[in-house]
Amino acid sequence: MKHLLKDILHKASKVAQSAEVFMFASEETPVAFEANRLKSLQSKESRSIALRIFKEGRIGFASCNKPEDIDSLVQAAVETAQFGAPANFELPAPAAFPYVEIYDPEVEKISLERMISLGEEMVSALTDHTPEVLCEASISHNSISIIIANSSGLEASYSKSAFSVGIEGTVIHGSDMLFVGESESSCRPVRDTTNILNTVRRQLDWAKTHARVPTGKLPVIFAPDGVASALIAPLMAAFNGKVVLEGASPLGNKLGQQLFDKKLHLYDDATIAYRPSSRPFDDEGVPSRRLPLIEAGVPQNFLYDLKTAALAHTRTTGHGVRGGGLPSPMPSAFAFNNGDVLLDSMIADIKEGLFIELVMGATQGNILGGDFSGNVLLGYKIENGRITGRVKDTMVFGNVYELLKNITAIGSDGKWLGGRLYAPSIYCPAVSVSSK
Amino acid sequence: MPHIEDAVKELASKLKEHKANYLEAHLEDSVSSYITYRGKVLESIGKSASMGGNIRALVRGGWGFVSFNSLDNIDERIKLAVKEAELAGKGESHLAEIPITVVKARPHSRSNPVDIPLAHKKELLDGYNALIWNTPKLKTSNIGYGDSYKKSTFLNSEGSFIQQERSDMTLGMSAIASDGNQVQQANLSLGNPGDFSAMQNLDDAVKEMAERALGLLAAPQAKGGEYTVVLDPILAGVFVHEAFGHLSEADFVYENERMRELMVLGKKFGRPELNIVDGAAVPDLRGSFKYDDEGTPATKTYLIKEGVLVGRLHSRETAARMGEKPTGNARAVSYRFPPIVRMTNTYIEPGKTTFEEMTADIKEGVYARNWYGGTTSMEMFTFSAGEAFMIRNGKIAELVRPVVLTGNVFETLQHIDAIGIDLGMNQGGGCGKGGQSPLPVSNGSPHIRIRKCLVGGK
Repeated sequence: MKHLLKDILHKASKVAQSAEVFMFASEETPVAFEANRLKSLQSKESRSIALRIFKEGRIGFASCNKPEDIDSLVQAAVETAQFGAPANFELPAPAAFPYVEIYDPEVEKISLERMISLGEEMVSALTDHTPEVLCEASISHNSISIIIANSSGLEASYSKSAFSVGIEGTVIHGSDMLFVGESESSCRPVRDTTNILNTVRRQLDWAKTHARVPTGKLPVIFAPDGVASALIAPLMAAFNGKVVLEGASPLGNKLGQQLFDKKLHLYDDATIAYRPSSRPFDDEGVPSRRLPLIEAGVPQNFLYDLKTAALAHTRTTGHGVRGGGLPSPMPSAFAFNNGDVLLDSMIADIKEGLFIELVMGATQGNILGGDFSGNVLLGYKIENGRITGRVKDTMVFGNVYELLKNITAIGSDGKWLGGRLYAPSIYCPAVSVSSK
Repeated sequence: MPHIEDAVKELASKLKEHKANYLEAHLEDSVSSYITYRGKVLESIGKSASMGGNIRALVRGGWGFVSFNSLDNIDERIKLAVKEAELAGKGESHLAEIPITVVKARPHSRSNPVDIPLAHKKELLDGYNALIWNTPKLKTSNIGYGDSYKKSTFLNSEGSFIQQERSDMTLGMSAIASDGNQVQQANLSLGNPGDFSAMQNLDDAVKEMAERALGLLAAPQAKGGEYTVVLDPILAGVFVHEAFGHLSEADFVYENERMRELMVLGKKFGRPELNIVDGAAVPDLRGSFKYDDEGTPATKTYLIKEGVLVGRLHSRETAARMGEKPTGNARAVSYRFPPIVRMTNTYIEPGKTTFEEMTADIKEGVYARNWYGGTTSMEMFTFSAGEAFMIRNGKIAELVRPVVLTGNVFETLQHIDAIGIDLGMNQGGGCGKGGQSPLPVSNGSPHIRIRKCLVGGK
């Protein structure tokens, strides 16, 4: 790969003032269970080569996965550079990268047979608990490697391993459907499924009976998955340097102000060991670091890549992320502080309210303004300090900025969700709820 | 490295040599280009070229799937797919019969939108961006244009050999207005199977979008609760896709006894005026094609006819397992994924009620138009309007903030009590399922009226 990289850089440097090559390769092996049975095994390999050039003051970009046709790649980058955005920054020179543990050779050693038996164990544990549950499970390992080089002399690479285990269960009675599930991922093998199974069994237990909540303002505990599905999208947009630069972020001119509850802290951290979201440098070759976003309720920083930082007259924070095209500022992993209140004590504190695990459709509204509104796909009524059953036909509605101004408690049950978010339960004193 | 043509020849002979119940291969060669704007300036412009393929094997009901970028070692990849299928398979294989089809692509059967000079595309988008920025109080705007052209080859161990070409084009715009305290946005999403002229002459729609964002700043929030709701063709199209289309996908039904009972053909789902169709054989839309990714010819399938469930969407496997006919709905977003059951062009057929008749007897209701998005859990759905008006005493009244509508699919379909005459298709959306997104689809409807729909609000 390195030979090819230098070859492309050499060819591009002949026709452009600056050039950068980013190469990505991945191998993934997912094992899938459907309807409680092993359904498929897959192996997927994929690679891509991206070229960014500065030519006559403009940015050109092209990508391909054909190492045998790099002339076309260079030509396409030159073609786009005629119309590209102004090249207002310099490609980074070599730098010292933090040591981030993200590779474990044990991951590749887990056999297909072992992955299959992990799935079988999970399915049989859940069908023992609830015979009518139909499970879909997935066990997957993958490895990726990244190389970046540019005409400022930078050349850097890393390899990362990842292992993920997840299970979703469906229980149907007439037209009443219940969806439960949990997953875990790590750069090391996930060998123990106890936590996953305990969570799903608890969901199944709590959803056995149905309950109704009234329409109105109620105390609500958002479980970590509830935080992820209802509250996070607006914050991810608001801390994006690009949104700030455009003046569309509600936090734009409010760094240093007490906007959120003092109990709330939020970091973006790409250096946590063995997290699939971690990496020593971003997709532009800028060193990773732990960046405070909210400290004691006060916004501290925004996320920048090279180009956005140059436009905003600031420095990149190492958050240039590629999603197939040019880099753009994106979180690596949002991590809230864990709280000190047990979930049970939060529930015990509520006379009538909701515990919400999953909201559907909350991110379809006016995200930039902080509004969310969605259907409670998995949530339970709390009555006199106890969970009394699953609620249905219920919507929650609110504004993240208003809600997080005043938090009753933060749970001690923080966990990683989907690889890019660490969140505890958050207990809000009054949230708008509509129900039938 | 071998060319696609060589790989095709090798595959044609090798697919029949292996001991699997069924084997298939996909090879793809594609190009794409995109231009994005943020605010007043062009933000990025790029081109991409991609080639790759996959092998899928079926042994005793278990599937193996191997995807790759390099066309080297094809035989090893077939062996790996078969080995994986053997490991996974513990039952019986079932695939519905389809005709063996040999179709060689006529070269350039579709025009390649990636070949249109970037200068032409940029000139058009510059014009739209200038129009957006003629509107005062705008905070920012987004424009995203993308096009692609794909040549695909499909082969299977039954002897089918199908080459197809496919073009796709999308244009999404949003205007974001702010008055200092709050931020509101309006969107416009368009798409088509590769016709650049359909992206031209949109000045009025672009202006209207920018003004809409501004108008929302002054709009109050609707009060949450149950309303009679009238949906415009775009939002009703999202509704039929989310609320019913996904439920019609047989892969969620075929192995689930209780879903089979719930979705039994012949069951009444709506009033006699309700007819819902899905079909890639409906021509010239983003979800149109001749053969699906298992080589099954495209069809036009009635899902609901006169209020009664009469059909569902199938792959060869789900059709065989349910004893029904394959419908040509096995689709993959690219060679990186196996085909799964997907929608194509999904719509409610026109009825007889005019818009005026529909709103006339509504004392207090909501007229919801346009869309941000939608999602479903099969039983429950949510979809969000891009703009909304109150209906008061039969008349369209004040603008309110965009609303999120939610409900139970089964109840809501029964509550559709009026269907308009003005079918409109929305091609601006892409569908996501099983990690495969965005798949080109279209959806549509005439105006419809739904009684007792839950609207989110204060």
